Amino acid sequence: MPGKLKAKIVAGRHLPVMDRASDLTDAFVEVKFGNTTFKTDVCHKSLNPQWNSEWFKFEVDDEDLQDEPLQVTVLDHDTYSANDAIGKVYIDIDPLLCSEAASVISGWFPIYDTIHGIRGEINVLVKVELFNDLNRFRQSSCGVKFFCTASIPRCYRAVLVHGFVEELVVNEDPEYQWIDRIRTPRASNEARQRLISLMSGELQRKIGLKVLEMGGNAVVGYLQCFDLEGESGLVVRAIGTACTLDKLSSGSAPNTNTHMPVFGEDMTSTSGPPTPFRALPTTSSSLPPFSPSKPCSRQSSSSDTDLSLTPKTGKNTWVPFSHLQEFPFFTLTSFPPGFLVHVGGVVSARSVKLLDRIHNPDEPETRDAWWEEIRQEIKSHGKALGCHAVVGYSESTSICEEVCILSASGTAAILNPRYMREGCLDIGITDHRFEEPSPPSCGFCHIPYDELNMPFPAQLTYCYLCRRQKVPDVLFTTINLPAEAAVTGKGCLIQARLCRLKKKAQGEVNATAISNLLPFMEYELHTQLMNKLKLRSMNALFGLHIQISVGENMLLGLASATGVYLAALPPPGGIQIAGKTPGDLSAEHHILTIQKRINDTIAKNKELYQINPPELTEEVLGSPVPDSRQRSRLFRSHSESSDEVSELDLSHGKKDAFVLEIDDTDAVEDIHSLLTDAPTPTGFYSCNTEIMPGIYNWTSGVQMFTSVRVFRLSNANLTNQGLNKIFTDLCENLLKSFYFKLRSMIPCCLCQLNFTVAVPEEELIQVGGFRTSLVCNETEEQLQFPLELCADPSSANCQPASKASGKNSASVDYGSFADRCSTWLELLRLKAHTIRRGSVKTISSLERSSPLPEGRSRSLRSNRSFGGISVTVVKMTPLSFLPGTRIIKYLGIINMFFIRETTSLREEGGVSGFLHTFIAEVFSMVRAHVAALGGNAVVSYSMKECMLMENPNKNQAQCLINVSGDAVICVRETDQEPTPSTASI
Amino acid sequence: MTMELDVFVGNTTIMDEEVYQLWLDGYTVNDAVRVRMDGGVMEECEASADVLLSDTMDQYRTFQMCERLLHSPSKLGNQLLFQIPPHRQAMLIERYYTFDDGFVREVLGKKLSKGTKKDLDDIGAKTGVTLKSCRRQFDNFKRVFKVVEELKGPLVENIHHHFLLSDKLARDYAAIVFFANNRFETGKRKLQYLTFQDFAFCAGQLISNWTVGAVDNMVEDMDVDLDKEFLQDLKELKVLINDKDLLDQHKSLVCTALRGKTNNLNEMETNFKNLSRGLVNIAAKLTNAKDVRDLFIDLVEKFIEPCRSDRWTSADVRLYLTHYNNSVHLLDTFKHQVVWNRYMDVVKSSINILHVRLDESEGLSCFMEKKKSQRWGR
Repeated sequence: MPGKLKAKIVAGRHLPVMDRASDLTDAFVEVKFGNTTFKTDVCHKSLNPQWNSEWFKFEVDDEDLQDEPLQVTVLDHDTYSANDAIGKVYIDIDPLLCSEAASVISGWFPIYDTIHGIRGEINVLVKVELFNDLNRFRQSSCGVKFFCTASIPRCYRAVLVHGFVEELVVNEDPEYQWIDRIRTPRASNEARQRLISLMSGELQRKIGLKVLEMGGNAVVGYLQCFDLEGESGLVVRAIGTACTLDKLSSGSAPNTNTHMPVFGEDMTSTSGPPTPFRALPTTSSSLPPFSPSKPCSRQSSSSDTDLSLTPKTGKNTWVPFSHLQEFPFFTLTSFPPGFLVHVGGVVSARSVKLLDRIHNPDEPETRDAWWEEIRQEIKSHGKALGCHAVVGYSESTSICEEVCILSASGTAAILNPRYMREGCLDIGITDHRFEEPSPPSCGFCHIPYDELNMPFPAQLTYCYLCRRQKVPDVLFTTINLPAEAAVTGKGCLIQARLCRLKKKAQGEVNATAISNLLPFMEYELHTQLMNKLKLRSMNALFGLHIQISVGENMLLGLASATGVYLAALPPPGGIQIAGKTPGDLSAEHHILTIQKRINDTIAKNKELYQINPPELTEEVLGSPVPDSRQRSRLFRSHSESSDEVSELDLSHGKKDAFVLEIDDTDAVEDIHSLLTDAPTPTGFYSCNTEIMPGIYNWTSGVQMFTSVRVFRLSNANLTNQGLNKIFTDLCENLLKSFYFKLRSMIPCCLCQLNFTVAVPEEELIQVGGFRTSLVCNETEEQLQFPLELCADPSSANCQPASKASGKNSASVDYGSFADRCSTWLELLRLKAHTIRRGSVKTISSLERSSPLPEGRSRSLRSNRSFGGISVTVVKMTPLSFLPGTRIIKYLGIINMFFIRETTSLREEGGVSGFLHTFIAEVFSMVRAHVAALGGNAVVSYSMKECMLMENPNKNQAQCLINVSGDAVICVRETDQEPTPSTASI
Repeated sequence: MTMELDVFVGNTTIMDEEVYQLWLDGYTVNDAVRVRMDGGVMEECEASADVLLSDTMDQYRTFQMCERLLHSPSKLGNQLLFQIPPHRQAMLIERYYTFDDGFVREVLGKKLSKGTKKDLDDIGAKTGVTLKSCRRQFDNFKRVFKVVEELKGPLVENIHHHFLLSDKLARDYAAIVFFANNRFETGKRKLQYLTFQDFAFCAGQLISNWTVGAVDNMVEDMDVDLDKEFLQDLKELKVLINDKDLLDQHKSLVCTALRGKTNNLNEMETNFKNLSRGLVNIAAKLTNAKDVRDLFIDLVEKFIEPCRSDRWTSADVRLYLTHYNNSVHLLDTFKHQVVWNRYMDVVKSSINILHVRLDESEGLSCFMEKKKSQRWGR
């Protein structure tokens, strides 16, 4: 009985009118935790009730504390009929369980109803008193810190990195239970929200247990996903990297430059030198037996793949025991200096599965086995690349009806074993690679695999920086660009987009069709990426994310990455066009013009991205078209429902990679699409990694946004080309829209651009005859990212050395940009004058603070001032940091799931209006929770899921959103005192 | 490329002031897109019509969602749905409550009722303001009226506080509320030359002199209604015209003071009794609600028009009124100096502004006068 949860309901405001007669509300509150419920008094006839309740005390197990959310329900008291619900607030109390995080939750929360949205706000106070529990066999894992941030959090240092943790929990989806037919949509939505909240709490607890077993105290790069498998159930799964973190004392005050954790000296003794480790017995063959599911109070259970293998140990007993990490995977994407030794390339695996009903939620083994299989593949791919670890690892699914594509990808790499827990990595005896320390600026580019025994045909050259080691000619990775990497010029967003039609089918046939298509899609996406990379005269991709989503009659592929020119790698060759039919004069002429256009584009891009690597004289650079075959850094495979693993060699057979042959219309289309990518407007930069390579001066102006678009394909008989065109246009238009909307923020950089595509379920059409002809598909894409004003006023005193080489022409522009920024207010003032009279007032009110003497304001309802004191500004960013600020405290993980439904779609402004409101509501709830924890920002924010289902005929729509991130307190870099409420703007 | 769904939501709500103005002005999305295209945004940032349309739709949606909050601006500050920086909030509120002078001139002094609302399309057509914008402005007037009608304390401050408007705008609203409450007639042809700002100035004078709150600054006082007691007291001023001695004495005092200062001394002398009678009669009748409504028309008919026919300049009028007012203080037998002052302060400044405007509107005023008039603030 190790915990006491205390909650106090203070007040409400802006409540909706529940009693039409009096235009008022008789509100009271129910506070529920587990099976215990408390009620406040009814506050009669008020839209701004003051309950000021006593402290409601719940005495609970810490296991429950981790799993359950505190449920606050606001109701309208009705003497004669049933009380009407106004709305609910779910408060995740997990952050209170960790001594280093928040100590109290206190603040205004939006009261949320799944049908009506936000209806007023409620002020709640929550505290937890934890008792020490020395029970070694406990089921809870209080105290383990979770971070969505996929790097070592800024105010911690990593003592030890333990490795991969995963967990998976399944349950029946309440939406598909029989009871759903008789209960209201509200009840059904709430059941679902609650269940998912419970499941993610449980998941987190179980992962925490694993971390404790490994001797760690934190999970970084925590990635939790939901698979709504429909009829067959609901899966919540998570992966992360277990670590032992030490909090840096606040006195040492790390700034962004020294944020990288310092590794303790003491750990070298424990992890030892890289002496021959016990080489892992091929773990894949000796899969541990599934543990018997533990007795569990709820109808869901975990899938412990390795829990039974290891003895449970206390938190602090770190002994090199025989626990061998099964998968040397790391969800981190940024690393401390020296951590990453070499990078091999991207490894990915996909598998198509048929979903079957999960008959017994206590046995999630099938799902677990599926992932197990994929992870084994990834691991073997990594090995093939001569690497012992996979970094930047992530997993995802795409579900359509009963077909599910499971995907996993990461970057094969060699890590410095000094930082690893023993046994974490499978390091061979013959590790010559550590003997010779490589310079940090190019070391990670050096090939990890054996030159004579390459996993694929590749063209190797000596590193252009150190000239000692071999490097490949291109490098694809899923991680962020290492901070110490030497880069020439700027980076840019590179996308490959692809649509493939497939026949409508059911079951096994459908799955086979999809898995047959997958290799071709991967191949084409890869070719597109390669060509676009060459076109931009770059030689490496970072943050590569390939998403393949499945729909009823098509597959969509979207690959996004940030292209850069790594100084260590050889300059990329050009692209040459060749015709199949020599002798045809007109054709040859055509080819020549295209060739010219391509060459022009390359030259233009070189200028745009300021890529002008130092000429190398002593080395023959060779012809622009390399003679060797193209080799690929990508290693993939597909497997169907069967366990067969087919490897795909992505090299173009006998053909030369960089020669595009125009042998049919397809190829012409391809080249056209290659050239029609609109350039980013001046002043804009975009990338999908955390920081923009080549830009180093950031301001603190951050704006995060989410955009969702759905396009309905009208034409039933579309070709692949037609679809591709539409899809490409969709993506391009979206980007153009952003540039337009954010034009006032120029110069700005769109970072962590995160595109997701989906083909929502085809709608069921009632009239039978229409079934074949009326095919309506939707393409939805959604992205979110912050943008940074990168010309900060400090660029004036910025050391010119830092942005030395390739920046002659642009530096001039920079000055003026900065100028423009600082005079922003001035401009605004001018504009305001010219547009309309009355707007001049904008300025005067800016300086105004609370204008009335106190005596007067007491009689009035609110005494708001313009100082923004009443509502804390909370910034949100998908980055792991906020430019210009210093994170001084992590308050805990934010992981929220919301359902919104409407039966008056038209009245709410159609789907757009509905979704717009919902996203705004989700943002506001995230902000409220962060503010209640005492934070002023969310870092590593991401919207994992945004599923929209609509039925305009019935005037209905439903949407599910899952968001996550880390709540933090940050202060401006110049500030010394932590002043969260004022440091924000 | 038309989207089935197209939304864009920022953590900090993104709003374009230009689009906001178009929305406030009641443009439809398509019209707004056209205006923006003509404005040259597209060339500026290489955007296409699609992009512009999608952006405009997004913004319109945001504004519509915000509108509910703008109805009670104090909510905008502590709501959680939109994260808007304080200066942007102030801008949103200020612009939302800003009105067209042409429009407000039409409804000034009218009852803010459903009946008036029905005529909005006519007013819109007349003033060139879209119906949507007319409705917003009218509803704003009504909303402010309803909130402050029953509130105690200074009117301007109440508005300022409840609607978080700038001082200037709060004053304008105070004028609108005050006029609507007392139903001053402003629509007559003879008053057509006056702008809203002229009336707003007069309203300011009336509020600070003739209301209950004007004398004793007690918090409980109401600024919306005229001081009944004071209006009653005004009857006492009749002695100035009824008592023959007093009238003659007053006249001679004024004439002595004016001697040598004006070219129109003769006209002033001949007209004195007539004008004085006019002004005092207006004062004496103000206990009648009907006559309160006609205050401005009476001032024009009883004072300004006679002056006009004698071609007085604005300087003449000012001079005359100053001495007309001051001389009363020298009348030993006249006992109602306080009431007189309170009455004349308003009448003097009101007549001045009314006369100056008339001068301007007929193009007779000289350069100096114009300069002075600018002080009334356009």
